Amino acid sequence: MTFPMRAANWTWAYIVRPFSQIMLFVLGSAAVMSLIALVVTFLFRTPASRGATLNIDLFDQLLKQLPDTLVDGITIGFLYAVIALGYTMVYGVLKFINFAHSEIFMVGGVVGFEIMVRLRDGGLLSTFSPILLILLMIIGAMIVSGVLAVVIERFAYRPLRNAPRLVPLISAIGVSLLLQDSVRALEGLGRNQFNLAYPTDSVPFLTKRLPVGPNLTIGVTTIIIVIAAIVMVLGLNYFVNATKIGKGIRAVSQDQVTASLMGIDVNQMIAITFLVGGALGGAAGVLFGLKAGNISPFSGFIPGLKAFTAAVLGGIGNITGALLGGILLGLMEAFFSSLLPFFPSLGTSYTDIFAFAILILILIFRPTGLLGQHVDEKV
Amino acid sequence: MKLVKLFTFVVVLTLLVQAHGVTPTRAQGTVIKIASHSPLSGGQSQPGIAIKNGVDLAIQQLSKPLNDLGFTVELAPYDDQADPKVGPVNAQKIVSDKSIVAVVGHYNSGVARPSSVIYNDNNLVMVSPANTAVDITDRGLPTVNRVCGRDDAQGAAGADYAVNTLKVKSVYVINDKSVYGVGVAKYFVQAITAAGIQVLGNEGTEEKSNFDAVLTPILSLKPDLVYFSGIYDQAAVFFKQAHAKGVTAQFMGPDGLDAPDTADIGGDAVVGLIYTTTAAPAALSPDSKQFRADYKAKFGQDVSAYGPEAYVSTAIVLKAIEQVIKTNGGKFPDRKAVADAVRATKDFKSILGTISFDAHGDPQVATYYVLKVKSADKTLWGNNEPVAASKVNSPLTPKTAATMAATMSMTMSATMAATK
Repeated sequence: MTFPMRAANWTWAYIVRPFSQIMLFVLGSAAVMSLIALVVTFLFRTPASRGATLNIDLFDQLLKQLPDTLVDGITIGFLYAVIALGYTMVYGVLKFINFAHSEIFMVGGVVGFEIMVRLRDGGLLSTFSPILLILLMIIGAMIVSGVLAVVIERFAYRPLRNAPRLVPLISAIGVSLLLQDSVRALEGLGRNQFNLAYPTDSVPFLTKRLPVGPNLTIGVTTIIIVIAAIVMVLGLNYFVNATKIGKGIRAVSQDQVTASLMGIDVNQMIAITFLVGGALGGAAGVLFGLKAGNISPFSGFIPGLKAFTAAVLGGIGNITGALLGGILLGLMEAFFSSLLPFFPSLGTSYTDIFAFAILILILIFRPTGLLGQHVDEKV
Repeated sequence: MKLVKLFTFVVVLTLLVQAHGVTPTRAQGTVIKIASHSPLSGGQSQPGIAIKNGVDLAIQQLSKPLNDLGFTVELAPYDDQADPKVGPVNAQKIVSDKSIVAVVGHYNSGVARPSSVIYNDNNLVMVSPANTAVDITDRGLPTVNRVCGRDDAQGAAGADYAVNTLKVKSVYVINDKSVYGVGVAKYFVQAITAAGIQVLGNEGTEEKSNFDAVLTPILSLKPDLVYFSGIYDQAAVFFKQAHAKGVTAQFMGPDGLDAPDTADIGGDAVVGLIYTTTAAPAALSPDSKQFRADYKAKFGQDVSAYGPEAYVSTAIVLKAIEQVIKTNGGKFPDRKAVADAVRATKDFKSILGTISFDAHGDPQVATYYVLKVKSADKTLWGNNEPVAASKVNSPLTPKTAATMAATMSMTMSATMAATK
């Protein structure tokens, strides 16, 4: 595509086409997975239930739970996808997995909480339209998380850029622990409470549920999460593929040395990558806080790990792969966990096993993920 | 080089002198310490801090007899972080401090269980204000006592209310996989099944943020009652998400929900929540009025669950220490003697009523309250409405007229009339 493009072309290429691709993929995978699940439960209809005095027909149960399961799966899938984008971008540029990303995500959630609570305590919550409030929280979280990511890169990763691969990894884990306990200390000192509950009750708009069809209501927060995630993914796609900085980032991820020979400031590109990845993680933190209703210093760990799994599933280093992996993982997890309560000697506490089993299987059978990594061309 | 050597020498010398001053505190002294051991940080710190403050206030108000005998009493607070791995580590520190003669703690039964083994091996008495799991005392350890009720009666009290008053037809039970949560859920389910009500699910979960997986079956099975057997930092989040997803069932839980932060975290979702507790609410314990005023004056906030129980536990311990000192001729009290004296407590008059320990360390008669949450405002937690109360004998206490309780259910009006 040559610049400048006609407006219609541009809209088509960067908004309509990717959006329809995303929708197609989401609906398609939802349909395929529902089909698989229905077939499986049809063949194994009645396991003995554990602890309950009821004979459950799995197939019927699944049919009844299907709409809720799909909505849950898609919501959490988009969340994992947005967090996975942070992991994947950093890996693409530096070939390095930023384990501190889960805490950057958590810090975003904490910032969103602080904004909301301070507004509520100042009595200003009602003066904001809810959409403006959400935007404020997301932008605030994006700024703080983005800057935090850049600072971390500057002090914890850049000095180790030429060290053996293991060293920055350990540094990342150290940063992760540092962030967890810093937030714990700050919130502990300030509030003596680090179960930070989002005061969503104070904003009636956020507690509304919209009826969609017979038996199914969708919460407003779910819709907000999905819309925000899609907007962010489209925005990132445009940024990486259509802007000059995006081109610079792609160049650095392909070949750092040559890119610097071409006059690209490698350090700056890497810093921008961290900025964008961190900002996305921060926004995801706010969305996660809205969904779960609360954030604690340790609530970044498991979603971060699962988002990392999603990034690996889709092909780490590949932005489309992160989205793919996130949606797939979210849907699979939702289906798996919705049926768990009805199996003997299992229960919902085994949900996490699924995500990590997927990780292990992928690493054994297809380490480059579903879409594969952007392969360097060695001449 | 010489200067460096001199400097090093001076530093080492100073350290040695310091170290000499930090010998393990010897038992022969005039400072008696009582340890409080509860979560002081973390998501379950609210009742933990209430417990520490209760002990603190008791030491401040009730040490005079010991002061007259020539001893000062101090508080040694410990933070077990509600973590079964941290409790025993702290317990080792506690038992090696020879001036500590008693422990008032814990809040979590899962932490108390391993820690109490360490106390017992060192003859250090533990009086618990809040541990309700049955095997805390059922193990028959001579140094483990509690002033609160037991989960077998608490689960049954909750089930009784659900079946007979709420008249629910189906129940979904979730526990938090801790010693406490699993225990209460077990007794609740037992009583519910015995009453012939359907139990649609019995799940365990350690999830703290995203309860989608737990809520999906609840949404489709539509039980009348959802019972979450766990602690408020997890339960309140669960109820909030359940409410947000449109679950209309009655919410219920055990005394782990008895903390003002339940309202803070859960918001509107927990208005109307029913919980059972062994901590007496202010309205039903008129003898504690002065205590509550003193607590508020000293700590600046209303006392919440298990503060009064900690006060009573400390009072019992102080009395026992006083008896031991009087019989041993004014010497520093021996831990085993204190433990025996605590176990022998009979008819001790406290702000929560009269307490006697049975042979296993349970109070002979314990009261269980059923309360309903009225408001999402955490400062109004003390105004939760008592809707039922029952006195139950401990398993070792025979039901006779002399011990004054066949299992009686008192209605609210009867109790209010009696306390007016």
